[in-house]
Amino acid sequence: MEDSDHVAVARVRAGDEDAYRLLVDRHSRSVFRLAFRMTGNEQDSEDVVQETFLRAYKQLHRWEARSSFSTWLYRIAANYSLDLVRRRKRHGEVAMAESAGPEDDAVQALPSTAPGPDRLLFSGRVQECVASTLNELSQQERTAFVLRHFEGQSIEEISAALGLSGNAAKHSIFRAVQKLRRALEPLVNTAS
Amino acid sequence: MSHLNEEQLVLYYYGEETAGVEDHLGECEACREGYHALQRVLNSVDSLPVPERGADYEARVWRNVEGALPRKRGFAERWFTWKPLLTAGAMAALVIAAFLAGRALQKPKGPIVADSQVRERILLVAVGDHLERSQTMLVELSNAGTSKGGQLDISYEQRAAEDLLESNRLYRQTAVSAGDNATASLLEDLERVLLEVAHSPSAMSEEQLKELRKQIEDQGILFKVKVFGSQVEERQAAPPSGSPVL
Repeated sequence: MEDSDHVAVARVRAGDEDAYRLLVDRHSRSVFRLAFRMTGNEQDSEDVVQETFLRAYKQLHRWEARSSFSTWLYRIAANYSLDLVRRRKRHGEVAMAESAGPEDDAVQALPSTAPGPDRLLFSGRVQECVASTLNELSQQERTAFVLRHFEGQSIEEISAALGLSGNAAKHSIFRAVQKLRRALEPLVNTAS
Repeated sequence: MSHLNEEQLVLYYYGEETAGVEDHLGECEACREGYHALQRVLNSVDSLPVPERGADYEARVWRNVEGALPRKRGFAERWFTWKPLLTAGAMAALVIAAFLAGRALQKPKGPIVADSQVRERILLVAVGDHLERSQTMLVELSNAGTSKGGQLDISYEQRAAEDLLESNRLYRQTAVSAGDNATASLLEDLERVLLEVAHSPSAMSEEQLKELRKQIEDQGILFKVKVFGSQVEERQAAPPSGSPVL
């Protein structure tokens, strides 16, 4: 996919605006997933997706072909999500209240071969606990953790994305893991 | 034999540090158990659900994005590219006008204290937003690299810096008149950096970019803005008191 991203970007840079659609088609779902993990709010995540693609378009001349387009795009999305959540907090809005999204939908979407009710109940409790613990992390911890855990970005990439030193990025991840561990360990250990 | 610490285990889980860890885990049962416990927790984080998007999601995103892309805009629409920037300046002017009008009309006694706190909080929010926009622009500039020709076009940041400069001056003057020296001093430092960005050449060479980054670093402005941002959050979370917040 990276090769075809390079081709698409080259076409956009050469003036073929429609080639940008290819990049939107390829990455909009994954940007939405990242934004939702960062903001915990569906509407905010939609805003992040749109703003990310607009910002990326305006700054496309900045993207360096030797790096991954998706990593660069996620950096823009993560920074915008961070701004959005900070702004909401400052304005006293509770943007993360939706936490893990509509659980009913998730349950309904399960196929008929889904695990039994005990397992579902347990998995619901784990999801709830993960969502509430993520909401309790500082924005820096949450961003660094989401980029490392879900997006597989290296500590070097995360520190560049967030304007932090390598150590600060590393410690944000450690603190996030510690908090998740404190909250989740009693729960997951009862199941093992 | 010394055991592995949690940080080493976390780095190993994410594939960041593997040297010696694998061998140790092979030999040490206590560390192996610790690692498995960590694995169980981090694997369970993957269960966090994300709402599914419909089959037409990509088409929907494209419709919204396409309509807002700068190249397809005519003159009237291009104005809207500047609208957020103009809005920021206008908002700064409005907030400050309201703040100063409130001070001018304020009576010396009575429940007006509460009104003044509300006004000062509004101003605090506005300054917080202004600092955040400045921080985002400076982080993007610090992370940017030059293209193949060794040049970087910073005209987008320059337009943003020019707009931020206007708001910055207004907020700084208000902070001075409100007697908030800490905020005024931070805004003064920020103003110097914004001026540097606004007055730099719009196409920068690697050397010029390095020099600009050095100036941003020397001022320590990103650090100061981050610290101030955390203080703003704390001050906002604190219950209103009789003392001014800006």
